[in-house]
Parts: sequence; structure tokens; C-alpha cells
Amino acid sequence: MNNEPAAIQITGLNKWYGDFQVLKHIDLSVGRGERIVICGPSGSGKSTLIRCINRLEDHQQGKIIVNGIELNNDLRRIDEVRAEVGMVFQSFNLFPHLTILENCTLAPIWVRKLPRAQARKEAMAYLERVQIADQADKYPGQLSGGQQQRVAIARALCMHPKIMLFDEPTSSLDPEMIKEVLDVMIGLAGEGMTMLCVTHEMGFARTVADRVVFMDEGQIMEENVPEEFFNRPQHPRTREFLSQILSH
Amino acid sequence: MSFVRDTYLPAAPPPPPSVGALGWVGQNLFSSPGNGLLTLLGLFILWLGVPPFIEWTLLNAVWRGTGREACLVEGAGACWAFVAAKLGQFVYGRYTFEERWRVDLVFFIGALTVALLMWERLPKRYYLALFGVLVYPILAFILLTGGVFGLPVVETSLWGGLLLTFVVAAVGITVSLPLGIFLALGRRSQLPVLRLLSVVYIEVWRGVPLITVLFMASVMLPLFLPPGVNFDKLLRVLIGVTLFSAAYMAEVVRGGLQAIPRGQYEAASALGLGFWKANLLIVMPQALRMVIPSIVNTFIGLFKDTTLVMIVGLFDFLGSIQVNFSDATWAAPQTAATGYVFAALIFWIICFSMSRYSVRVERRLNEGTRRE
Ligand SMILES: Nc1ncnc2c1ncn2[C@@H]1O[C@H](COP(=O)(O)OP(=O)(O)O)[C@@H](O)[C@H]1O
Ligand SMILES: [Mg+2]
Repeated sequence: MNNEPAAIQITGLNKWYGDFQVLKHIDLSVGRGERIVICGPSGSGKSTLIRCINRLEDHQQGKIIVNGIELNNDLRRIDEVRAEVGMVFQSFNLFPHLTILENCTLAPIWVRKLPRAQARKEAMAYLERVQIADQADKYPGQLSGGQQQRVAIARALCMHPKIMLFDEPTSSLDPEMIKEVLDVMIGLAGEGMTMLCVTHEMGFARTVADRVVFMDEGQIMEENVPEEFFNRPQHPRTREFLSQILSH
Repeated sequence: MSFVRDTYLPAAPPPPPSVGALGWVGQNLFSSPGNGLLTLLGLFILWLGVPPFIEWTLLNAVWRGTGREACLVEGAGACWAFVAAKLGQFVYGRYTFEERWRVDLVFFIGALTVALLMWERLPKRYYLALFGVLVYPILAFILLTGGVFGLPVVETSLWGGLLLTFVVAAVGITVSLPLGIFLALGRRSQLPVLRLLSVVYIEVWRGVPLITVLFMASVMLPLFLPPGVNFDKLLRVLIGVTLFSAAYMAEVVRGGLQAIPRGQYEAASALGLGFWKANLLIVMPQALRMVIPSIVNTFIGLFKDTTLVMIVGLFDFLGSIQVNFSDATWAAPQTAATGYVFAALIFWIICFSMSRYSVRVERRLNEGTRRE
């Protein structure tokens, strides 16, 4: 890695829900333009980890530095971080009372203070890119799951984020819609976006990821380039997980 | 044997609706012996109740007259002549006669604003709404109280009738909604002190009857104020009514807030929207939309509760009808009944309009968001 500061630098991160420790001493550094895939069994803390990065969850111990800004209770800094970090959720979370276009222009207008016309122009460009511009005036409820998730990606991109977080973006989609979302994500990776993706799409991990991180019981068990990770997994838990997930 | 379809079937037209008028009656009113019996019973009750009521209100009613004699006729029904003679008082109370045009103007502008707001294709309706919420109340206040621009002062103690009813209801409705929204947010706040204050406020006000609140506002409050300090009775009542209904509104709004999934807050936060923007732009529009029926229900309740101001000596619409029952000029057997029927009719028209309007708004808002 070069001497540029990392996009995300996590050191010694510990987090508890009450007495239950969800994250145990996480160290993770993500360079600019790097693509990381995080996988692991359900409940292993993957979502919690990436939600700590834009502080949808707070942490009790350790350091998280995003784009040179350390996350603490300073609200202004949190908003600065959030403006630079886009997030895509498993359940899309589009705003149902706004049209597709309004979903995409809302934050640029109210957070980035863009003039309305320019926000629309930019939003249309991103909607074009995820190939959904023709639906701009519909409401989220009128779109299929795959279409909604593509809108969610466009909505995040409208904030010009430097980092994109994906939390199982294809897990609630019907099989025939997974590809259209993955294609958008692959395109994004090709443009050099820094990406952290929690996903079980191993094909995506193989082609796109620079590194694959395997989590179990709140810890990072193994971390490697995809080639090594899939062909020569080191940890027995990784082997077990991979055999389960690749068997069907 | 295997089968592979080589042509697509064309879509068939839907079967014709099988029911005519008679079919409808058969299906809906006499589908079973029990249902048929209930239908007959219902018709019997209507036959008992409706004709006498029509006779009383319309056929045997007295429409014209200048005093009780007209309504003292043997077998006379409703004494509408009484209502006609007293209509001015029912509408304006004791508001100075020469200044009634000011009330008319306020009514007119208000009605015009509401009517224009209902016209959905009007461009820039947003500004009209702002006018309605921000400018109109000030305008109405200046016109009604006077004291500036050469308008003579009209004491609030002279206000009455429908005017007073509208003033109390309008102020109560427009102020209690935002207040209720803040209370609901407070009750769901992360900050323990704010949460506690909101809970205490809501539970205290919900726990006392409005009559008690009105008495406290008009009789007891002055006892606690230093002597010489006295403020308008109507104002005190307005404050009481508003604070009271804010507590109800808070619970209605909270119901809507609870129905908003966590993902909506998270998506808003992830986009960098802070607490106020997230609530203003994302959460409240959805939450309020969901509880429109309950909000309107509360409005209707509040509107009818304004009649209670009577007990602290203010004469609202119903109150100013009631005081006129003791007017010797109109003492007749049917006077009171006529007055009450008239009051009920007017209240019903207003409340029913509110309810219909809310149905319309709801339907329009749901149009886009409904899944096809
Ligand atoms: N708000 C919460 N309160 C308490 N426990 C939680 C909360 N959110 C998640 N957990 C627990 O933390 C663990 C990790 O959750 P999560 O990060 O969602 O796992 P994953 O995304 O890997 O499936 C799970 O055991 C889950 O039950
Ligand atoms: Mg998860």
C-alpha cells in the first residue's frame, strides 16, 4: 500500500450490545479504491461492522478513522463522514412517499445544498447509469425489487460518496434480479470506487474483490485475496463456511 | 405423454357482472332468512321514524312570523321562524352590529382559501397554504379585534355564535397539531428528561376532563395571578383548549411514528440528513399521512367540544342558540327543539365535510404510493 492515508482505518474495535460482545478486536484497513467483500455466517457481526463505519451504530472501544476523520460523539463530524459514505441496504429503504427522482434529489438539495435544477440533472444522469431513468416519476412501490435496489444505489451515488457500503444488497431479491444489481456494482468497482460489500455472491467476490474478509462470532477469522481465499482457505471455519455456501 | 404449448392463449374478456338491481337486492338484502328479517326490521324502523320527522321539520313547520304567535298554532311543527329571526345572533353573537361586515370578510377569505386549496390543479398551492397558516390568522385577528387602521375595537366578550365556535376550533386545531408533533417527538426522544416531560404532559392533560380545564382557565387561573394582572377570558379558554387537544394529537402522531420502519431513519441518516431534516422530510410526511383519519377524528371531536366553552360564560354557536330560548317573544313549545335540531344540522354539515375532505386527501396521497 502507498503512503496515502487509508480510506478506512479500523483498529482494536470492540462493540457490545448490553453484555453481548458483537465485535471483538477488529482491525481492518481499506485503501482508496480498494474493494473488500465481507462474508460469514448470519449473526457474525458483518452488518454491525459496516454500520459502525457510518455510525449508524456507535462503538465502545477502538478507533475508526474514515477519510481522515475519526468517529466519536461529535455530531458535526458524523454528518461530514456520512456525506462521504454511501450506503445500500438489504431492504432498499427507499422513501415510499417520494418519486424515484425525488428520492435521488432530496439529500443533494438539503445536505449538499445543490440548486434544484442541478440536483435533478445529476440524479437523472445516475438513474440513466443504473438504467432506470424511464421510471423517474414513479413511486418506489411501483418498481420491482431489483429496480428499487438500483435506485437505492443511484440515490447513494448522488451524494458523490468516496466510499460505498453495501449490506447484502442482493439477499432479498428474486434470483433473476440479482444480476442486474451486481452488474451495477461491478461497473462501480470498475470506476475505482472504494467499496465494502457484505455479500454471499461468491462469483462477485471472485471477479471484483481485492480482498475477502471472513467473519465469525464477531471476529475476523481470515482475510486474503480471492484467489487464495477460495482455493486455499486456511481456517477450518472458513473451509466449513465455503463448503456450505458453495455446495448449492 | 408430454405436452408442450406452442401458442399463447389470448386474454379472455371478464365474465359479465351477473347482478341487476333485483340481483343486488337479492344478494345483499335477502341472502338468507336472517338477513331478510333484519332488512324488514330496518325498513320498519325507518317507516316509524322518518315520516314523523319529515312532518315535523318540513310539512308542519312554521317558516314565517315575527313572534311566538306564529308558532303557537295547533299541531305546529318546527318553528323555523325563530331561527330566521335570530340567525344574526347565532352567527355573530353580540358582535357590534355595524361591524359585522368584518366577520363576514374573515369568513369569506377563509372559505375562499379553503375552497382554492381543495382545487388540486391550482398552481403554487403551496403559497396559498402558507397564506392560510401564517397570514390569515393575523389578518383575521386584526379584522376581528380592531383597534388599528381606524377599525373600532370589538371586545372579545362580545364575540359569540358561529364566529366564536370557529375561532376556538380553528385556533385549537392549527396550534395543537404542531404542538402535538413536538410532544410526540419528545416522547420518543433519546433524552430522558425530554421524554419524561412529554410523558407527564400528555398523561396529565389526557387524564382531566376538558370541563375542568376550562374552569381552571377561566375561574382559577386569575386567583393565582397577581391582582391587577388579568388577561382576556377568550384567550385563556383558547390556551386551555389548545393545550388539551395537543395531548391527544401527540398520541395520534406517535401512533404514526411507530409505524415508520427503522430503515427509513437509517436511510435518512446514511444520506447525511440530521434529526430535523430527517423528521421534516422523511418521517413526518409518512407518519402524518398514515394517521390522517385519526387526526381528522380528533379535529371533529375538538370542534364539537368547543360547545363546552358555554359553561365558563362564553356563548358559542350552541350557546347563543340556547340563550335565546328564554326570549319571551319566542316562547313556544317547539322553539327549543327547533334550535337544537338547527344546531345539530349545522354541526353535522361541518363535521361531515371535514370527514369527506379527509377521505379525499387520503385517497389522493395514496394514489402514487400504492403498489399496483
Ligand atoms: N440492536 C441490537 N441489539 C442487540 N443485539 C443485536 C442488535 N443488532 C444485532 N444484534 C446481534 O448482534 C449479532 C450480529 O448481528 P449482525 O451484525 O446483524 O450480523 P450479520 O449481519 O453478520 O448477520 C447478532 O447476534 C444479532 O442478534
Ligand atoms: Mg446482516
